[in-house]
Amino acid sequence: MAATFLHDGGRGCCRLLLQAGQPGQGVRRLLHAPAPWRTANCRHATGSLPWESVVGLEIHAQINSVSKLFSSSQVKFAAPPNSTVSFLDASLPGTLPTINRRCVEAAVMTGLALNCTINKKSLFDRKHYFYADLPAGYQITQQRLPIAVNGILTYRYQVGASWNEMATKCVRVKQVQLEQDSGKSLHDDAMHQTLIDLNRAGIALMEIVMEPDMTCGEEAAAAVRELQLILQTLATSHANMSEGQMRVDANISVHHPGEPYGVRTEVKNINSARFLAKAIDYEIKRQKEILDIGGTILNETRAFDYKLGVTIPMRDKEGKQDYRFMPEPNLPPLILYDTNSLPANMKADQVINIDLIKEKLPELPSVTRERLVEQYGILPEHSFTLVNEDGLQEYFEAVVKLSNVDPKKIIGWVIKDLLGHLRQQNLTIKQSMVTPSSLAELLTLLEKRVISSSAAKQVSAVQQGNLKVMNKLIGLVQKTTKGRADPVLVKTILEEKVLL
Amino acid sequence: MLGSGVREAAAALRLGQLTPTELCQKSLSLIKETSFLNAYITVTEELALKQAAEADKRFQQGKPLGVLDGIPIAIKDNFSTKNIETTCASKMLKGYIPPYNATVVQRLFDQGAVLMGKTNLDEFAMGSGSTDGIFGPVRNPWSYSKQYREKRKHACPDGDENSDWLITGGSSGGSAASVSAGTCYVALGSDTGGSTRNPASHCGIVGLKPTYGLVSRHGLIPLVNSMDVPGILTKCVDDAATVLGVLAGHDPQDSTTIQDHFQPFTLPDVIDVTKLCVGIPKEYHAPGLSSEILALWSKAADLLENAGAKVVEVSMPNTCYSIVCYHVLCTAEVASNMARFDGLEYGHRADVKDSTEAMYSATRREGFNDVVRGRILSGNFFLLKQNYEKYFLKAQKVRRLIADDFVNVFRSGVDVLLTPTTLGDAAPYLEFIQEDNRTRSAQEDVFTQCANMAGVPAVTVPAGLSSRGLPLGLQFIGQAFCEQQLLSVAKWFEKQTDFCLLACHENGHIVKQQKITWSLRHGDLRAHLTSHQFIYIYALYAV
Repeated sequence: MAATFLHDGGRGCCRLLLQAGQPGQGVRRLLHAPAPWRTANCRHATGSLPWESVVGLEIHAQINSVSKLFSSSQVKFAAPPNSTVSFLDASLPGTLPTINRRCVEAAVMTGLALNCTINKKSLFDRKHYFYADLPAGYQITQQRLPIAVNGILTYRYQVGASWNEMATKCVRVKQVQLEQDSGKSLHDDAMHQTLIDLNRAGIALMEIVMEPDMTCGEEAAAAVRELQLILQTLATSHANMSEGQMRVDANISVHHPGEPYGVRTEVKNINSARFLAKAIDYEIKRQKEILDIGGTILNETRAFDYKLGVTIPMRDKEGKQDYRFMPEPNLPPLILYDTNSLPANMKADQVINIDLIKEKLPELPSVTRERLVEQYGILPEHSFTLVNEDGLQEYFEAVVKLSNVDPKKIIGWVIKDLLGHLRQQNLTIKQSMVTPSSLAELLTLLEKRVISSSAAKQVSAVQQGNLKVMNKLIGLVQKTTKGRADPVLVKTILEEKVLL
Repeated sequence: MLGSGVREAAAALRLGQLTPTELCQKSLSLIKETSFLNAYITVTEELALKQAAEADKRFQQGKPLGVLDGIPIAIKDNFSTKNIETTCASKMLKGYIPPYNATVVQRLFDQGAVLMGKTNLDEFAMGSGSTDGIFGPVRNPWSYSKQYREKRKHACPDGDENSDWLITGGSSGGSAASVSAGTCYVALGSDTGGSTRNPASHCGIVGLKPTYGLVSRHGLIPLVNSMDVPGILTKCVDDAATVLGVLAGHDPQDSTTIQDHFQPFTLPDVIDVTKLCVGIPKEYHAPGLSSEILALWSKAADLLENAGAKVVEVSMPNTCYSIVCYHVLCTAEVASNMARFDGLEYGHRADVKDSTEAMYSATRREGFNDVVRGRILSGNFFLLKQNYEKYFLKAQKVRRLIADDFVNVFRSGVDVLLTPTTLGDAAPYLEFIQEDNRTRSAQEDVFTQCANMAGVPAVTVPAGLSSRGLPLGLQFIGQAFCEQQLLSVAKWFEKQTDFCLLACHENGHIVKQQKITWSLRHGDLRAHLTSHQFIYIYALYAV
């Protein structure tokens, strides 16, 4: 389990949630790790005075759009280097940015899903720094007046050793801002050269800033996973961390209760939720230890070394950067409308109506979970598994529809048996050979007591490709028929029945 | 033919009196003869002849594209031209060949205009003399008028003729000189603080800065994005209106252009000024204003009043802060805009391989002149976190006040403002370079940059001759997007000044700098306009 777990990009926690009730070894090891997040408020009680830790997040999510934020070049993952670069992306003199409507709509939709106030007027700014993969010498961002502000993200996470001990927490979303991604630098140390790929330059990002309302790595990871799920539900971002479509920077500090926040460090470039949790907890522990021996924390940027499990200072960017922010003069203020303020004389394709986007909002994961709990009487933690696993909820609901079996019974089959087997074989629900209708049929038979629970489990296993279990089924038939059936014929009939 | 305006030339082309290729060849030979003016950085002879040949075909088929079909034009070398080197008169962009046309260039091409070349300027348009570019200063064609020469000889008999010549003003000095010398009918300049109007005034031609947002900046290599406007330099106001009709209107590639449809217009020949209200801003009585310009300004006001217009003194109380704020806002945007010139994607790259940072700094040190580097330095200073509020934000606030001054004046019933364009006539080069670029820009832009701060349109029209025999211009400033009214007034004024052509005869010799003599004769010389042995230049009677 542990190995699968490590290689899972964004969904590590789902596995954790699912497996922890069972004696999965890898999970055990994790639970018993010396990390401090097992206590509810993540206090660190070493030394005379307890420490409190605070964690804020800056999340960059690439907007799922056909073309870039300010140019018409295509957004393609893994395209040949410098093959999707317009004149603007290369900052040729005289080129001007023009905003991509789809990106604005995605940011508005995301803001709405995060309960933000959408600013009907937002502004663009230039943030200056010299870097080889930033051809203009500045990034266009929204420093002064972002597109969405003052939101809230609710997430749930496990607080105790048992999986039904879930806590609900909220983190304030300070803002959602639109900005450009940079290109990529590849340093070839042997040849003493840097290669630049501008494919990524100019792709739209949403920077989502979360206030320091989290207290430990697991909280931050849970918040990020919830955000990921929301973005995927909205289809505003693929939000795949391993592909760099979502990148998380964490600001971390510790202080004594009742005292002002301590000096914070920023941990950058974390590429999975699991590493995020590890990096934050390591950083909290490190800061605490330094302060305990009378040391001071430097306000610095650190990177997480996932092999060693530690954070290390990033190469110094020559002191503090002054980004010399300036209003972007080539983009007028971005004006959004609602149905009430919609100007009569403007064409529909020239305006963005917030209310229309609001109408298009799909059911958000938290609502889906509540509905599942209410509608089917399943446990809240099961609703998490259903929603977090891509396609599982649809699968579950299809089985419910196709059978007359109590959903509370179905959920165990879907999560424990079906998903459990799939996991073992590294498959996703969409790759399952057991269709919702065959599972529904199986469970109906079970419900009518035509077959026994163990027989049903064997059938389910065989259907998923476990042919060793076939012999057990043949054994069952022989037992029932008291040895009067021809084993070869039984096998043929069973193969026909079970596998087709 | 080259002495006349676009309309006359277009009519001659339509009547078959000459072909676009003949016109192009005349223009090319004149460019060669006047090459000492240093007006052109690149002469696009091959392209011009090709475009002219295509125009020939269209005229033969009786299907010219528009009024500019076959008309020789020139474009300032800070507009991107596809496959044609675009340098901004800087080492940084020497050898840079853009892969696309600026929208304004494309619109001129779409009308069949024939590009003669790319014109000289101050490096990245930073200057007011056209003296600070890597290709050397532009010489004002008026330096070689017989009238000026004689007066000059009289004033300083020991003067060295070779070094004793006048600046064109700037930064679009090459464009102004190219039109003034008759090598093309229309030139594009750019106008950020007066860069079109200032040289137009010094070279005795019309210079129009349209309303910000009316003409696309896409492809114009920026100086100050929030103030830059493509400028139009022509021999007469009608031509400016014609070219504006071609250039103006929404461009999806420039988000700051207005969405509203622009209706091209022609100016009536009979213009009634009796219902017009002309404002004379008292704050434009600036220190250093020459008595000649003051007198001309006053005469023009009288002229309007005598014709029945209402002429009122108005106050624009924030005018005096404008040039300082302009400097802060300009340098801040310059610092930002110039950041892309790092030697990586295009342009000059220093041969330094120690580190990326070392390469950047050497590239920028080698690539930019002192003026550009100075502006980058001060701009970055103003944008520092600790200074932003004190300088940049404050300058922006004052900019709003300056814009409000215009709004208030126009709201009070004033239709157009009448002001000087420059403090005086064109300075001799040796005198001009006694002061640094910054001081000169502050002096030269004093009457012009306010319109850029406010975004309103302004046009300079030749208004008379100085005692030295040099052209003097006056400026009309209009309300935003009211170019038709503005240019109508300008045309009326142009007619009143009894504008006429003076021919400059060089006695059949190939024009060379030392040998050139200009004989100035009054009167309508259209009869003489058939031979390319003549070089024509505008002059006019004093009002």
